[in-house]
Amino acid sequence: MPQAGSLCVWRIQNCLTFPAFRSGGAGAKVASDCAGAGVGGGGGAVSTVTRAQPWQLCRAGSAGAEALASGGAANTERPERPGPLQDETLGVASVPSQWRGVQGIRGETKSCQTASTATAEAPAQTRKHVDAEVQTEAPEPVSLQPVPQCDGPRLVAFLRRVEAMVTRELNKNWQSHAFDGFEVNWSEQQQTVTCLHTLGYPPAQGQGLHVTGVSWNTTGSVVACAYGRLDDGDWSTLKSFVCAWNLDRRGLNPQQPSAVVEVPSAVMCLAFHPTQPSHVAGGLYNGEVLVWDVSHPEDPLLWRTGLTDDAHTDPVYQVVWLPGPQHGHRFQVLSVAADGKVLLWLAVGAGRLQLSAGFALAVQQLPRSTKLKKPPRGETEVGATAVAFSSFDPSLFVLGTEGGFPLKCSLAAEEPALTRMPSSVPLRAPAQFTFSPHGGPVYSVSCSPFHRNLFLSAGTDGHVHLYSMLQAQPLTSLQLSHKYLFAVRWSPVRPLVFAAASGEGDVQLFDLQKSSQKPTVSIKQTQDESPVYCLEFNRQQTQLLAAGDAKGVVKVWQLSSEFTEQGPRETEDLDQLAAEVAT
Amino acid sequence: MAEVEETLKRIQSHKGVIGTMVVNAEGIPIRTTLDNSTTVQYAGLLHQLTMKAKSTVRDIDPQNDLTFLRIRSKKHEIMVAPDKEYLLIAIQNPCE
Repeated sequence: MPQAGSLCVWRIQNCLTFPAFRSGGAGAKVASDCAGAGVGGGGGAVSTVTRAQPWQLCRAGSAGAEALASGGAANTERPERPGPLQDETLGVASVPSQWRGVQGIRGETKSCQTASTATAEAPAQTRKHVDAEVQTEAPEPVSLQPVPQCDGPRLVAFLRRVEAMVTRELNKNWQSHAFDGFEVNWSEQQQTVTCLHTLGYPPAQGQGLHVTGVSWNTTGSVVACAYGRLDDGDWSTLKSFVCAWNLDRRGLNPQQPSAVVEVPSAVMCLAFHPTQPSHVAGGLYNGEVLVWDVSHPEDPLLWRTGLTDDAHTDPVYQVVWLPGPQHGHRFQVLSVAADGKVLLWLAVGAGRLQLSAGFALAVQQLPRSTKLKKPPRGETEVGATAVAFSSFDPSLFVLGTEGGFPLKCSLAAEEPALTRMPSSVPLRAPAQFTFSPHGGPVYSVSCSPFHRNLFLSAGTDGHVHLYSMLQAQPLTSLQLSHKYLFAVRWSPVRPLVFAAASGEGDVQLFDLQKSSQKPTVSIKQTQDESPVYCLEFNRQQTQLLAAGDAKGVVKVWQLSSEFTEQGPRETEDLDQLAAEVAT
Repeated sequence: MAEVEETLKRIQSHKGVIGTMVVNAEGIPIRTTLDNSTTVQYAGLLHQLTMKAKSTVRDIDPQNDLTFLRIRSKKHEIMVAPDKEYLLIAIQNPCE
């Protein structure tokens, strides 16, 4: 099979010689040459051709097909050509194998590559952060004058129209008395006086101790009471107590005070600090004055006077806090006692109360404006039992005395006191004016918080006297009890209301606007008529009144609205009352 | 408009008058003798109340209309003179 071999050669040749054989036309030319040779050649060659055909058809695509067709056409053009069968070897292997060629065309290697992608690294990052707050704003109130000058003639016309009417009404209003004395109260009325709490400390009650003093603290939520005895004049070694209850605390146990301070001697009086809610000062039967911090139950004692020469030698009947001399925030304690001394104590370091000023009362030095008994020879002290400071003049105070006459006194007094009692600071004589006496010792005095001249006193004669600072004779004298009166206090909110504690176990509330003769409300504090020794209004929660009695019980009363809401023209009525001086 | 100011001043000078203001139909204060916040409060509330009072009067009798509104309170007397476009509000303390 030489043809086959030549064919093979051709194939290779074809591959080599026509590397870029592309055009259909060129292919057709080669095919026609091949066809002619094939026909003229012999069966072998033809057969080769025919055998090669399917390849062409299959692989050569359109160019090959065209070549065949043209080859076919060439065949038909020469049918009459003599075809002697010559055993001739066709020197030319004229059958080009096109499939390879075509494939060669197709298989031409061509580098085809996209240009390398250029990559570059570049930092891309946001570097700066900016925080901005975005918030809707509260709706702006309708601003004034957004329409500044839009009024114009219509506004003028309107004002002209209404001015006369408004003027008429304004004048009418001013002259009208239609609403005089007309009171409407929409708030819920507390109709009756009710007992909110009945507080007691069983160990103290078991010893038969009385409540000798009550005090509300500056927040108005804590009430403290002093236990002691008023009825025995003996020195007592009985332990005593100061108890405090926080009424605002949840789960208040009336029999379990939130703070209990044990005191070696009977406590006669008590006063909470004006600004420190937990500091309380107390005066003892033995003459000592102490200050406790009831928020530290394990070690409550802050300061004490000790039993020095400066201290009182008789029971301390009242203590009050006063602003310090230089520093507004420092307070000093003023104590009054039955030994006739009024002492001012300043807290110094080491838990001591140091005497900063002192006053002593001697009968000889009392201003003799009334018919007092002729004083005995020598100096005799006048026991002080109560003190009340004016709400208007910080240096002015009223003392209640065992002699029954209230004394108008001044902290600014300079006259040295006639006394032989030893003292580290010179004692002064404070009395400026003597008021006409009660029938017995005065137990309580109270200055009006609404009028600079008015004060009340109450004593063992069962009378309450309403005094004016300007005259010795009381403006009014009311008998409220057939026994003693132990305490009297003005209401902090109603100018014409005061309360008195009686030896018959009553707390009597007086409204001078309603009646100047008999109490408006009389509350039974004790069932067995044992006396009520002390009472105190709450300055913060003005509807509360605390009263302590001989049973060792402190009762917190809720007052009715009539005692807590100031009526119209009440201050005027009080002024009128005070103006009755010497008329 | 000096006449507006003068009229308000005249009303203001009456005995016991605490403040005077003119409010437009939307309840926006136009003139006042009081401070800003008080004025805005009074204007808004009294405008509403006056509108309510007006509609009440008209609902009872469509031929009727509100001509003047007086509010007596514990502390003040508030007077409102209503009109189509404006309200004049005067606040007086009648028992000074």
